[in-house]
Amino acid sequence: MSVPISAYLTLAAVLFGLGTVGVLISRNVIVLFMSIELMLNAANMALIAFSRALNLMDGHVMVFLVMTVAAAEAAVGLGMIITIHRNRETINIDRFDLMKW
Amino acid sequence: MTLDAVIFVVSAVVAIFGAAMMIAQRNPVASVLYLILSLVAQAVIYVQLGALFVGVMLVIVYAGAIMVLFLFVIMLLNLRGGEDLGKPSGRVSRFTKYAVTLLLFIELVFVIRGVALPPPVADAVSSQPDAFGSVRAVSMLLFTRYLYPFQLTGVLMLIAVVGAVVIARKERPEELPEETSPDTASTEQSKEGTQA
Repeated sequence: MSVPISAYLTLAAVLFGLGTVGVLISRNVIVLFMSIELMLNAANMALIAFSRALNLMDGHVMVFLVMTVAAAEAAVGLGMIITIHRNRETINIDRFDLMKW
Repeated sequence: MTLDAVIFVVSAVVAIFGAAMMIAQRNPVASVLYLILSLVAQAVIYVQLGALFVGVMLVIVYAGAIMVLFLFVIMLLNLRGGEDLGKPSGRVSRFTKYAVTLLLFIELVFVIRGVALPPPVADAVSSQPDAFGSVRAVSMLLFTRYLYPFQLTGVLMLIAVVGAVVIARKERPEELPEETSPDTASTEQSKEGTQA
């Protein structure tokens, strides 16, 4: 195996950074949500890379659990998007301010 | 350059390209498709790292199920990319966001360079049933040492399903209380009642 583990970790860092940019600059709430999924996947890639480096499979189990949490989060979050869109007719994240004081 | 390095570089470029295009698209359907492209490229890298089971899970569960859920919601809300998203943020605000992200990335790279990583073990992908990352090996861990967290994910999924149904349910008129007239005040009351 010729690719060093640090290359995989750097790729994970790049994907995490892209997800952060998406969360910060996106005004479409669905794209923002997908950016969060991308950040979760970047963390998963780091876990897989460390699993390979340490020759332990515990990281794979962690990734499995993270995927479950991501699925649950997507279901609840998309339900919230549908409800807010029904009441406010918008997907602009700046208008998702129900909990803002 | 060995085959391993070629596969890694191609997959990494595709994954980063898909992620960047996902953010840049205005049409949400195109965003979802670019994210699926990025996820498939990431699955290739998972398999290269020996995580066969998790790579397959990524394609089936993430690129298959969750992204289709996103597409369903986009279809349900009838989004075509021409929605009013408000005015874009100013130049200073935008620059600050990119600068903060760049700082985060530089910090992560410093951490990666600072840590002493062991050299990777050879022959990542093999056809042995008990090999690293196979279904049998991962499920052996999942059902023995990590049985309790695994059971808890079942409870989490149940809560998420019930929560999603309650949150996304439409308030129907026949659910209103009988004794009050169906005006806005009673609608508020029934909303509070269902939430409590």
